[in-house]
Amino acid sequence: MRSRLLAATEWFDDRTGVPTAWRHFLLEDIPDSAGWAQVFGSVALFLFLVQALTGILLAFNYAPTPGDAYDSLQYVIRNVAGGRLVHGLHHWGSSLMVIVVFLHMAQVFLYGAYKRPREATWIAGAVLLLLTLAFGLTGYLLPWDNRAYWGTVVTAQIVASVPVFGPFLTHLLGAQSGVGVLTFARFYTLHTVLLPLVIVLMIAFHIYMVRRHGITPASIGERKNQRFYPKQAFRDTVAMFAAFTMLFLCAAFLNAPLGRLADPTDTTYVPRPEWYFLFLFQLLKIFRGSLEVVGTVVLPTAAVILLFLIPFVRVPEFLRSHRKLVAGAFVLAVFGIWAGLTATAIVSEPRHTGVSTNDTRAAEWASIPPEQIAGIGYFQAWGCGSCHNLIGGPRKAGPNLSAARLHHRKEWLVHHFNENRRSGANEESASRPSLPQLNALSLFLADLKPDSAKRLQQISSQFTRGAQVYVTGACASCHKVNGAGGGIGPPLNGLFDRRTKDWVEAHFANPQKLSPGSIMPPYRFSPKDRDALMRYLAALPE
Amino acid sequence: MLSSLVAGVLAGSAGTYLLGTPEASERESWSDAGDVTKLQAGEPEEITFEQNRVDAWKTRHEKASAWVILNNDGSVTAYSPLCTHLGCAYHWEAGAHAFVCPCHGSAFNMQGNVIAGPAQRPLDRYAVKMQGPRLWLGPIQKSQGA
Repeated sequence: MRSRLLAATEWFDDRTGVPTAWRHFLLEDIPDSAGWAQVFGSVALFLFLVQALTGILLAFNYAPTPGDAYDSLQYVIRNVAGGRLVHGLHHWGSSLMVIVVFLHMAQVFLYGAYKRPREATWIAGAVLLLLTLAFGLTGYLLPWDNRAYWGTVVTAQIVASVPVFGPFLTHLLGAQSGVGVLTFARFYTLHTVLLPLVIVLMIAFHIYMVRRHGITPASIGERKNQRFYPKQAFRDTVAMFAAFTMLFLCAAFLNAPLGRLADPTDTTYVPRPEWYFLFLFQLLKIFRGSLEVVGTVVLPTAAVILLFLIPFVRVPEFLRSHRKLVAGAFVLAVFGIWAGLTATAIVSEPRHTGVSTNDTRAAEWASIPPEQIAGIGYFQAWGCGSCHNLIGGPRKAGPNLSAARLHHRKEWLVHHFNENRRSGANEESASRPSLPQLNALSLFLADLKPDSAKRLQQISSQFTRGAQVYVTGACASCHKVNGAGGGIGPPLNGLFDRRTKDWVEAHFANPQKLSPGSIMPPYRFSPKDRDALMRYLAALPE
Repeated sequence: MLSSLVAGVLAGSAGTYLLGTPEASERESWSDAGDVTKLQAGEPEEITFEQNRVDAWKTRHEKASAWVILNNDGSVTAYSPLCTHLGCAYHWEAGAHAFVCPCHGSAFNMQGNVIAGPAQRPLDRYAVKMQGPRLWLGPIQKSQGA
């Protein structure tokens, strides 16, 4: 039996050579100094394979056209067994891969492993880095949510701003008339056909180069007394396992973002790039006007050229003795600049800037329609409480409003409100209440129940005033709040995630200046009303 | 050991993803198939109607058909228009008094039972309910093998 198995193996080896090649591959002689520092390349390769596997799985349930793409991805996440996990692995895997590729590069740089005769290995590695980033950039569009769409609009604009080549590149990306079906098809094909083909060839070449020149010894003439298998193979496996555990936990416990369906008319969305591109995003803020192209094109291109030229840079004589120190300082400096720009971008993110919801109970009532919130404000301001109880209390002249069912017609109510209103001393005018005000009060009464009345009574007057401004300003004829209202303007929930307080203030005064083409009329609120309105809007659930 | 654990988790996820049953997001949907009181009792007739069908991430509005029989007691039977052998469209042959499939010669009687050919199962039926004179068709219920 044993001899037969041996004979079969020999036959297989003789005909294909696979077992010999495998043995040759595993039993490579490596320097004694090789250790944990040399694991990153293997981990990067492993993560690429995970991306390939999960990418293929996602494609099995994916419709590569705008709109359908979003629906199919939502189907994957919500309906397909294990779909959320597979999508999570692919999403977080891309970030982890970028991290590991950079760690690999830093290690190679610090160990001087790019120097003669390994220049080609380094250059292939630099190409692989760019390919990894290109994967991230093209994959970003594929979920076709607002984040994807608006992020890619910015990418397309930057591509268009490239001197000389801009129009050609834009044409290649199918973005001549904005981001649309053509752009989507190009990005999809790049992401799933062209880039994988190129990266596989490049990886093969890179690994071939690594094998050809061997792992860099710590010092010239170091002996190669160990083999890749078993010790280094074990270290690589442990590192891959650690990376995979981290990735799996992210995929299992963190939700990969899938926002709202891409809406090209939603001019309020502020796109943010993926975190590893945030430093470029921040760089643009430094270079303004005609200098912008420095940030978008010149500096990144220079950085890439420098990256390719690193193996050919000769360190000046007087620094030779401090070679390691210089390399370490360089890596730290690059990392510091990157981290600084990224941190600035994160800190400057417009998130509830200037408008805070101090009312911790806001979440409880913020989903109530604004008309009702405004209604209780009028109830209190117009002295309705002197004749009516809302929930319970001492007997009063008029009926208890939450206990009794409303049986009067709206006309009767409006007449009743007008007749019996007692305007307080601090009311702005003693004139007749406006139609939106009366409407809000009757809506408030129509939906009044003991428990909702209790909640409404707890709302602080700041917010009822804000809701009243919303109602009297007729904001709802164009905007939605909590899903109700007109669809001409953007919905206002989560406004302050997208815009700063200053922007919203300036926008009230002159909408056309900030949103060209908007049909919103300018609003000149009193400062008190404006602040109340903004506070109300900021309290809305996202 | 570690590598087989990683490979196992990946293979398990992929297997679940590919072979697991997607969670159905559709509720049972019913379609109006029209007025059936004018049908001749005991005469099968093919009707077409419009239905909404959930197909993975899409809900399609499409035409569908059914063979409908108004029974003598006033109840209605509606068969799925596909032969239970390999899914060809069959038709009613009044002369033979049978549903006959042109592909492999399966034949079914008015009760939907197999009377000839390779088919193993009776015809599949739509869930039916009447609202006044109008017939409403629900999901197709697979018949049990004979």
